[in-house]
Amino acid sequence: MLFPSALGPEILVTGVHKRINDAFQVFDHDLNKTVDVREIGAIVRSLGCFPTEAELLDIIDEVEEPNGFICFERFLPTMSKILMENKFRPIPEDTLLKAFEVLDQQKKGHLEPNELTEYMRQGDEPFTQLEMEEMLSSAVEPDSNLIYYKDFVNMMVLDGER
Amino acid sequence: MAWSHHSCTTQSCFLQQNTKIQFVAALLIQRWYRQYVARLEMRRRCTWNIFQSIEYAGEQDQIKLYNFFGYLMEHFTPASSERSLISHIFRENDVVHDTEWERYFCYKSIEVSHGYHGPHLTFPMTFCEASKLVEAFKHKQLLHSRYVLQLLGEAWKLLRILPNINHVSTCHSKEITICGDLHGQLEDLLLVFYKNGLPSSEKPYVFNGDFVDRGKSSMEILLILFAFLLVYPNGVHLNRGNHEDHIVNLRYGFTKEVLGKYRVHGKKILKLLQKMFSWLPLATVIDGKVLVVHGGISDTTDLNVIARMERHKVNHSAEPSEPVRRFPDPSLRTPKNSLIFGLTGLFCPSAPLSVCPSELRQRRQQAGLSQSLQELRRLVSSSSSSDEDDDDADDDGGSDPQPRTPERDEWKQMVDLLWSDPMAQDGCQPNQVRGGGCYWGPDVTEEVLGRHHLQLLIRSHECKQDGYEFCHNRRVLTLFSASNYYEVGSNRGAYVRMGPDLVPHFIQYQSSQTCRTLTLRQSIGRTERSALCALREQLFAHKSDLLGAFQHYDPDNTGVISLKHWASAMEGVLKLGLPWRVLRSQLGTSTQDGMLDYREWIQDLLSNASILETMYRNHSNLETIFRIIDTDHSGSLSFEEFRQTWKLLSAHLKTEVDDDAIADLALSIDFNKDGSIDINEFMEAFRLVQSCLVYRVHTNIMDPDIVQSWIICVTCKKYSQCF
Repeated sequence: MLFPSALGPEILVTGVHKRINDAFQVFDHDLNKTVDVREIGAIVRSLGCFPTEAELLDIIDEVEEPNGFICFERFLPTMSKILMENKFRPIPEDTLLKAFEVLDQQKKGHLEPNELTEYMRQGDEPFTQLEMEEMLSSAVEPDSNLIYYKDFVNMMVLDGER
Repeated sequence: MAWSHHSCTTQSCFLQQNTKIQFVAALLIQRWYRQYVARLEMRRRCTWNIFQSIEYAGEQDQIKLYNFFGYLMEHFTPASSERSLISHIFRENDVVHDTEWERYFCYKSIEVSHGYHGPHLTFPMTFCEASKLVEAFKHKQLLHSRYVLQLLGEAWKLLRILPNINHVSTCHSKEITICGDLHGQLEDLLLVFYKNGLPSSEKPYVFNGDFVDRGKSSMEILLILFAFLLVYPNGVHLNRGNHEDHIVNLRYGFTKEVLGKYRVHGKKILKLLQKMFSWLPLATVIDGKVLVVHGGISDTTDLNVIARMERHKVNHSAEPSEPVRRFPDPSLRTPKNSLIFGLTGLFCPSAPLSVCPSELRQRRQQAGLSQSLQELRRLVSSSSSSDEDDDDADDDGGSDPQPRTPERDEWKQMVDLLWSDPMAQDGCQPNQVRGGGCYWGPDVTEEVLGRHHLQLLIRSHECKQDGYEFCHNRRVLTLFSASNYYEVGSNRGAYVRMGPDLVPHFIQYQSSQTCRTLTLRQSIGRTERSALCALREQLFAHKSDLLGAFQHYDPDNTGVISLKHWASAMEGVLKLGLPWRVLRSQLGTSTQDGMLDYREWIQDLLSNASILETMYRNHSNLETIFRIIDTDHSGSLSFEEFRQTWKLLSAHLKTEVDDDAIADLALSIDFNKDGSIDINEFMEAFRLVQSCLVYRVHTNIMDPDIVQSWIICVTCKKYSQCF
């Protein structure tokens, strides 16, 4: 059931508002200007932001309705502010590459799957089992069973540009 | 970073620093990766929306097709020449009793030649025979039409004694297994049997409809299900789905599959299946607590009414003497931003456009009325004033403005069960997207389940990415068993096991070997390409409309328009409700200074030669119409059939077409001059004329002006001068 936005044109004036509306609409199944709170991570990130899980929870606290949904009227101003302030700035490609290099202590040019797993599954916001499996499935080169992180970063960045 | 060995204290200090930097690096990578996955999810979701919107728009067209033929039924006068055509299409002759039909469907005269290498069945059906059948189909063998008719004939006898609602108890066996839509995907059924075991009295199954259409092995699935039904009538329970319907099958591939696999006896098999479908039970209730039904419910759902009806009579092929079974005419409830997809239905939208439901709700609230329509009606009727329907008072709560008769009530009960979808908001409103049944909200779930002392509703009808999904506070479960439904990697299938505690346990799967090894990124990419391909086909079908819409925003003919206008134009023409801006990059649009060269874009996008060859705007509608008219499934229309149908069509559209014009028309279409019109000629005629005429923005083949122009064009052979 897909209807165009019911908000009048005079409300969606700026490009920023339109971007937020478009992203929101993708997850708004019943077209009643609400989305399930669990989708908010995908929406915020698809708008180009790189929040941590904790930062996401803060956003959710601000906009969540008691019934576990988020409605557009409350989301729009919060998200606009985030985009305008350029909060949760994107991580540049070379920073990402350096991060991998830091993890590669012996400067091998690659990582073992269990090495990466150990790093990803620690910290304040560790990867879940599912996230880890997904990452490994795209990162590990099947023949050698190693992670050539330079290639991996290139691939992820290329996809991101679409 | 200097690496060196120092004394213990400084070494640990270095190590601490190292660890800290690694810690930070790891966090950064986590953050990046989560962002990446979210972007993929966005793409996947868009892709999903594309497929769904195209699929549902097709269903909506289907309903319009029904209504058209319902109209034919109502208005046909039994002049002797016309009688035969319409009676072939629709009429169930009451005088022909089931026993006579049984004679007609008899398999005994069909010989099995020595060259047949498929399975030989013996009756009565046993577990061994049924498993033999499964094995044979696993090896891609075809069952001989003799055995097909024999098996179906036996199953038909059984179906006729089954009640409308199957009542199942878990006390006899440990657990019951429930499967959702299979849609001709035999691999999925085989996978379920492999993981879960074959049906038996100790291992009962409920199959929740939509066994056929779209997939390539609908026939095999039906044969397997009916075989096990015969062996374990108390262990296998079949619910009818909206695709267990011969007119839907004309469009969605089952008819084609049967005629292709059984060239000699296909028609007979189809006729028998048509009857069997009408005899399929409508619902299953487990332990008196769990309702399993294909589509869903509405605010008027009453299982007592459903249990009492004569289900095989309640269908679309109504006899002329009874009121025609018609689906709610979608054009009566079309919201302002019409969902009528470019394949704009088969109807003159001459009915008044009604108001968009949410707007209406707002207005009503402003007027101080937040009651549902049903409550209003009750109020009104209790004060014994006229209960006249207004065109715009039929969304909330009430789903049906037509005058109520017992037949109509029964018919609505059935349609609601087979076509409805859940929605997040409270209330109940007509299902405009599908064109039949309702959208029902959590309050309706509570009310209906409460009224029947049920605790859970299990339904199918909608594809879900993980194979299943809860909604309405976990009181409604959607279950879908056809994996990779839209494309390899698009979704998993699932089935449910349930014991006496009635707690559902889910098993998910994906049947293709290749897709299991695809990464998340690859499977999304693949599905996305497929969806974009389907979307491009829609774009092609609306090329001239799109150009027209773009030009509307470019009065000075500069050749460029803004992105904002591009998105508005796209939505205005296609009415798919898709996020165009988000899809923009995938559709190959590049902009300079925020402006898009639309002429170049259309050229690039639509230069694919294979699309040119196969896409006609109303392709599937035309094909369906053709198959309906071609009642003997011979693959061609006689001039007489064509003439009769054309006359009825023009009467419906209130245009005057005399016999000579129709005769000329038929002659013109018969390109190979063999005295009959085959499906290619039929389609070709529409395609050629389409390229030549100038069409208004919302053309449909049932618009009277267009029909007139077309007739003139063809009969004057003007179009032949265009090529």
